[in-house]
Amino acid sequence: MSNSEAQDPLDKGNEKMETTTPSSLSSVAANAAAKRKPGSGALGVGLEARGIHAWFGDKMVLKDISLDFWSGTVTALIGPSGCGKSTFIRTLNRMHEFIPGAAMAGDVLLNGKDIYESGTDVTKIRLKVGMVFQKPNPFPSMTIADNVLAGLKLAQLKVQNKDDLLEECLVRAGLWAEVKDRLSAYGGSLSGGQQQRLCIARSLAVRPEILLMDEPCSALDPGSTLKIEETISELSSTMTIIIVTHNMQQAARVSDYTGFFLSDGGPGELIEVGPTSEIFSRPKDVRTENYVTGRFG
Amino acid sequence: MSIDKPVVKPGKPWASTPKERAIDLGAILLAAFGSFALVALSELKGKLAYAGVFLLLIIVINFIHNYLSRGIASAKDSIASSFAVAGVLITLLPITSILFAVFERGKAGLKPNLFTTDMKLNGPNDPIDQGGLLHALTGSGIMVGIALIISLPIGILTAIYLTEIKGLFTRPIRFLVQAMSGVPSIVAGLFILSAIVFPITKTPSGLMGGLALAILMIPTIARTSEEVLLLIPEDLREAGIALGGTQWRTISQIVVPAAKSGLITAIILGVARVAGETAPLVLVSGGGDALNLDPTSGPMGSFPFYIWKAFTFGTNESIDRAWAGILVLLILVFILFFATRLVGADRNKK
Ligand SMILES: Nc1ncnc2c1ncn2[C@@H]1O[C@H](COP(=O)(O)OP(=O)(O)O)[C@@H](O)[C@H]1O
Ligand SMILES: [Mg+2]
Repeated sequence: MSNSEAQDPLDKGNEKMETTTPSSLSSVAANAAAKRKPGSGALGVGLEARGIHAWFGDKMVLKDISLDFWSGTVTALIGPSGCGKSTFIRTLNRMHEFIPGAAMAGDVLLNGKDIYESGTDVTKIRLKVGMVFQKPNPFPSMTIADNVLAGLKLAQLKVQNKDDLLEECLVRAGLWAEVKDRLSAYGGSLSGGQQQRLCIARSLAVRPEILLMDEPCSALDPGSTLKIEETISELSSTMTIIIVTHNMQQAARVSDYTGFFLSDGGPGELIEVGPTSEIFSRPKDVRTENYVTGRFG
Repeated sequence: MSIDKPVVKPGKPWASTPKERAIDLGAILLAAFGSFALVALSELKGKLAYAGVFLLLIIVINFIHNYLSRGIASAKDSIASSFAVAGVLITLLPITSILFAVFERGKAGLKPNLFTTDMKLNGPNDPIDQGGLLHALTGSGIMVGIALIISLPIGILTAIYLTEIKGLFTRPIRFLVQAMSGVPSIVAGLFILSAIVFPITKTPSGLMGGLALAILMIPTIARTSEEVLLLIPEDLREAGIALGGTQWRTISQIVVPAAKSGLITAIILGVARVAGETAPLVLVSGGGDALNLDPTSGPMGSFPFYIWKAFTFGTNESIDRAWAGILVLLILVFILFFATRLVGADRNKK
């Protein structure tokens, strides 16, 4: 990737700092500049992964991942297939344990509190840490409107005005204009890109603080991908986003920070993390450089 | 100025041309002629011989025609599709001839009194416009209903346990369900007879009939529902859990609704499995001839019993009566089938 392209995220980042909540974001930048060592003490806000290991059966697939996600930032996780990116983000909302044979070690702190602490209500964790999957998966038995509000029913939440919430979520997901006249059509009748934005709207309805996105655009055409990237930019002013992507340009376009995962046949490890512009322009590790410049992976 | 744009009409350029259709018709005529000729000249006899020879000739003619006009690949293709069509015809033949026979022979007995009276005061060989099968209609309805009320929750919950909850007992339960679905129906009747009727109630009743049918229905519903639930993509369960749903709410609000039309099929199959069961009912429901709407006491009639009893009499009237019973049962099963199809129609399909 050329230098000028790599400048893009930085420019975008600067722009954002001027337009949205400057104080929190510049403090974020300051934090990053200080190169705080993960694990050196609870941050108290945002999401912090400390020494995450993960196994499927006897096979260790993640080794000692420590990574902090400050509130209001977008972090991209990149790396070759099979290096454990999905497994890692699934430990962040306790979806990892849904797979039979899965095991893990380490702590995940949400606003300073370990989500794996015994006695934690796991459904509450998943409300705060939402997830968008690789393949769009709207509920086939529900209409568009019901899909968006499905989380309320599933988690038995009460809201004052469902119609307002419905509109708000669809607007934030960038889908309102396209579906406002057909809210009672079935979710399956939308195009793939629309379905994925419907799934984003569905995650937003329960008001998560953090949104995990696992390759949300890998099944979509470039136009839909662009729309979802716009949506991510919109959302990033109000929430923390962690996105796994195989698309370097996408990582560069949407994220503030980028983490590079790699597995050399053994468990996946976090090779390097830093501001996106640095990862793409002057990575510290030669393996990161090889990967982002397309020399392997 | 008269540069009229030609009006573009929707067409089907891929449809067969009149010439092709003429050739098809010719092939059919040729095959028909050939089958008459062959049957006349050879030892072959009967309707089946005509049909068999006709099918064979059609396949051969199609093969040759396709080979000459489009080459060997197309000819092989035509053989495969000919066999598929032949298979369909061979399947449809017995079904349609059964339907036809039932209708032909049953319509004589289809009188209004059939649905308004029972056989309390009439014997099977009374004239067909006396007596009826109201008791069989209500009896079968009540007993299948009881069986359904018991089997539906047990069957579907079993399937949910096997596919969603996947506990320690998954394997033994799956094995038991499979073994149970092979149990001969008379065994279900004998079980209820020896476990409940002899030691406890002492007398047969509709409830006992319903219980016996439930034993047959549960494995059918459980197995079919399990297959259906296994088809629901794992994505949907994960999406429900990731939205803060508990496992049970995810199952009840997402997995089961997504599987709705398949689960309805499971129920239809369950009802179809037991609707015509004679053996257990003869044993435990007593097989009454009088209208009895109380499943807890007294013998209760049913379709299979009514039909069986009328046939065993062997007179013209009683056999007419039996055919009428079969016809009504068949019509009811069809109505049930289509009604549930309508209710469960997949709304996503446009
Ligand atoms: N359900 C599973 N059972 C067993 N192994 C798995 C499962 N899911 C993923 N793995 C293994 O874990 C490793 C990491 O996978 P994953 O997290 O999906 O990687 P990525 O998302 O980076 O492509 C891979 O080696 C994969 O084979
Ligand atoms: Mg993945």
